[in-house]
Amino acid sequence: MNAKWVIDKIKKSGLKGRGGAEFPTGLKWEMVKKAKAKKKYIVCNASEGEPGVFKDGFILENYPEVVVQGIKIALKTIKNSSAFIYLREDYYKKFGEKLRTLIKKEPIYLFKKPPFYLAGEETALLEVIEGRRPEPRIKPPFPVEKGLWGCPTLINNVETFYYVAKIIQGEYRKTRFYSISGDVKNKGVYEMPINYSILRILKETNNFPEFDFFVQAGGGITGEIITPDKLKKRVKGQGAIIVFNRSKTDIFLLMENWVDFLLRENCDKCTPCREGVFRLAEMVKQRKIDLKTLNDLLFVLKQTSFCGLGKGAALPFFSLIKNLGVKEIK
Amino acid sequence: MKPKRKTIELFIDGKKVKGFENQTILEVALKNNIEIPALCYHSDLKIKGNCRLCVVEIKGRKGLFPACSTLIEPKMEVITDSKLIRKARRINLELIFAQHCEECNDCIWSFNCQLLKLAKKYRLNISRFPDRKKEYPVYQFGPSLIFDSSKCVDCRNCVEVCEKQGVGFLKIKQKGHLFQIVPDETKECVYCGQCIVHCPVGAFEAVGEFEDVEKPLSQKDKIVIFQFAPSIRTSIGEEFGLPYGTVVTGKLIAGLKKIGADKVFDVSVGADFTTFEEAKEFIKRLKQNKHLPMFTSCCPSWVRFVEVYAPDFVPFLTSVRSPHIILGGLIKTFWAEKQGLDPKKIVVVSIMPCVAKKYEIQRKELFLNGLKPVDYVLTTRELAYLFLKKGINLKKIKPEKPDDPLGLPTGAGVIYGASGGVMESALRTAFYFLKVKQKLERIEFKKVRGMQGMKQAVIDFNGKKIKVAVVNGLGNAKELLEKIRNKPDLYDYVEVMACFGGCIGGGGQPVPTDKFIREKRAKALYRIDKGKKIRLAHKNPIVLEVYKKFFKDKQKVHFIAHTKYFPLKKKKNEQSERVSSK
Repeated sequence: MNAKWVIDKIKKSGLKGRGGAEFPTGLKWEMVKKAKAKKKYIVCNASEGEPGVFKDGFILENYPEVVVQGIKIALKTIKNSSAFIYLREDYYKKFGEKLRTLIKKEPIYLFKKPPFYLAGEETALLEVIEGRRPEPRIKPPFPVEKGLWGCPTLINNVETFYYVAKIIQGEYRKTRFYSISGDVKNKGVYEMPINYSILRILKETNNFPEFDFFVQAGGGITGEIITPDKLKKRVKGQGAIIVFNRSKTDIFLLMENWVDFLLRENCDKCTPCREGVFRLAEMVKQRKIDLKTLNDLLFVLKQTSFCGLGKGAALPFFSLIKNLGVKEIK
Repeated sequence: MKPKRKTIELFIDGKKVKGFENQTILEVALKNNIEIPALCYHSDLKIKGNCRLCVVEIKGRKGLFPACSTLIEPKMEVITDSKLIRKARRINLELIFAQHCEECNDCIWSFNCQLLKLAKKYRLNISRFPDRKKEYPVYQFGPSLIFDSSKCVDCRNCVEVCEKQGVGFLKIKQKGHLFQIVPDETKECVYCGQCIVHCPVGAFEAVGEFEDVEKPLSQKDKIVIFQFAPSIRTSIGEEFGLPYGTVVTGKLIAGLKKIGADKVFDVSVGADFTTFEEAKEFIKRLKQNKHLPMFTSCCPSWVRFVEVYAPDFVPFLTSVRSPHIILGGLIKTFWAEKQGLDPKKIVVVSIMPCVAKKYEIQRKELFLNGLKPVDYVLTTRELAYLFLKKGINLKKIKPEKPDDPLGLPTGAGVIYGASGGVMESALRTAFYFLKVKQKLERIEFKKVRGMQGMKQAVIDFNGKKIKVAVVNGLGNAKELLEKIRNKPDLYDYVEVMACFGGCIGGGGQPVPTDKFIREKRAKALYRIDKGKKIRLAHKNPIVLEVYKKFFKDKQKVHFIAHTKYFPLKKKKNEQSERVSSK
């Protein structure tokens, strides 16, 4: 099992990052491996922060040995490296002990994440490990060139490491973990093929509602709002599907839930995300939405935000208006 | 030598331009006079990408890109103006305006406010959203600085520059969902005022700026004497639309006369006295081999930095007073005696590039039998405002000559305004004292000039190698102190100025102040020096006269030209007083 073999294997599998950004995993590993440096780092991102996304917790609970195996493969593939598992606080408490016994004497360290979502953004996460405020860094340089303490750093999500181990064991069947929640009978995490449509996933998990509904798919907050007639597409991002009973869902409460999350979890570094989300929250909370202002705010969020959080924050609102119609918020 | 950087050719708005590898679009645009709005960008600071106003389009790529943090590439075609760009800038500006409680009538940026200019250009509705910072507090830091956090647009330039100064007094504090810039109560501000000149929206200003500018003139039955610092003569012209680095000494004097100055003297003359005393002290310390390196002490912010953050270095500061304090003292003693005036009837006003000087004049150990050597300090900006208020335009006014005898400096006194100037002046005079024969004619010490943060030179004093260092920026000074702690004999003589580039980059100078502008101001000072007949402090006739006729005994010299410093304990809550919460 040499490094080249491992990377080729991952590349051939077509695995893409499961943290949401969907960057080709094999390529990322290769970049870190090829980067010239005396010291390198590996980070397993277990900061899973958006409500409605809970598959990393599920994997850590049920298959921690596979995740640790994935990290150990990375340690072997990337010379002179050590690793961090960056865990949100409750995961740290719940799984820390088990992980330690699995890690044994390997240079893998557990890191407890502070309570900010943005610290899940991969460069903000690096800032936190280095002891600073959770804020994203300017890219380039990308972490694969200059990450932790300026060293080339491989950052992958829990699920990605899980599947790397599966690939090396020859057990990868092009599946992923879906978090299904909301107004459903069978809430939970399901491992199913990546090319399944939302429709098929809901049906096969016996979660397809009999009432009028819509779903939010991708991220739990930053996911897209989709109506039943458009469910023939696959789930992107972090693999969440949340089902809403259309007649029982207060759209304003739903949006308030989003803005509360964004207000709390954004880092306030850049103007559109700091001020835009603040004004968005103002409108939603006052139940007084001016469509032009809403569109303007979403426009700068999407077009000019510093990092993925701000850019992604526009999608749920845009898709809500587009797919449910403006009447709902007027 | 640095390796040669690769040149890259690209297009901005169809114009072919050249840049270097690793330069950003914004840097190349600025160099080519292509305007891209950018609030959080400053040539002294790191690229942060916070304000998101500098967004541009790149042909062949989707979306908008921040010019400040996007690197140039060969053949890249950048578009700096389009419908999409205008829309994004307009909305982000409206959001910024919603953070910024305007007080345009009392703002250091009033005539060249980037926000207002952009508001016009992009046809903003500046009150589209209600001000969210209305309740944010106003702080006062000692007698020097005001921070109105309701004007802050969260760009963080102040936090970064304060950190860069090795102080870190300003910090980010999370309050609820948002953060505020607040003073760190466990630290002390050293009043350098770099926050003022790095804030793009005027959230910082000097105490009294601009409401108290007429105070010095309102004193009836008093003789009002103005004295202006070396660096003012090459910076104040900017406030009247003159090109950077225009020398306006005569016009400045004429303006001061017109607003009611009874006499106008030149702090550069004070500098000649400082040089004379400091060169003497240096030679003495060199002979005794005691308390070396000797540090300059003209800069009150640097002195405060030592007293608060590096008290172990207090004995290493020269005891010589700063130029305007010496000159103020001489005005109220030597000159008053000569004129037969009661010193209590004299009001001395210093025009300074500095807000720390407002603090310095309150230091009690400088008082002469209870009398302050200097009664008021106005910054360059404050004087420009006062001129404007009185209808004086420096562009048009006819220059006048300075008053005898305390208005006639040497070239050595003038270069005090730039980093390295104090050192160079002192070396010129020390050479004379030590009778360094072969090099008497050599008066330019070019190695200590320039805008670099840290300069050093080795100078031959009759066979003895003297190691000198010149530092600007307190962060650089902090680093140097650490080196000296590890290796005490690293240097013999060190000049420190708190502000980047020295006083020409001071916290009281016109805005904008940046790398390019500082260089222009400094070069003009060296031009003045070069054109002076007398370029050595010890050859200034008034210096010779005062030493001969007035400074008859050591005690008198000490009384007027020397002082003491004290290690200061960091006192909690002492000086970052919250003056209002609006």
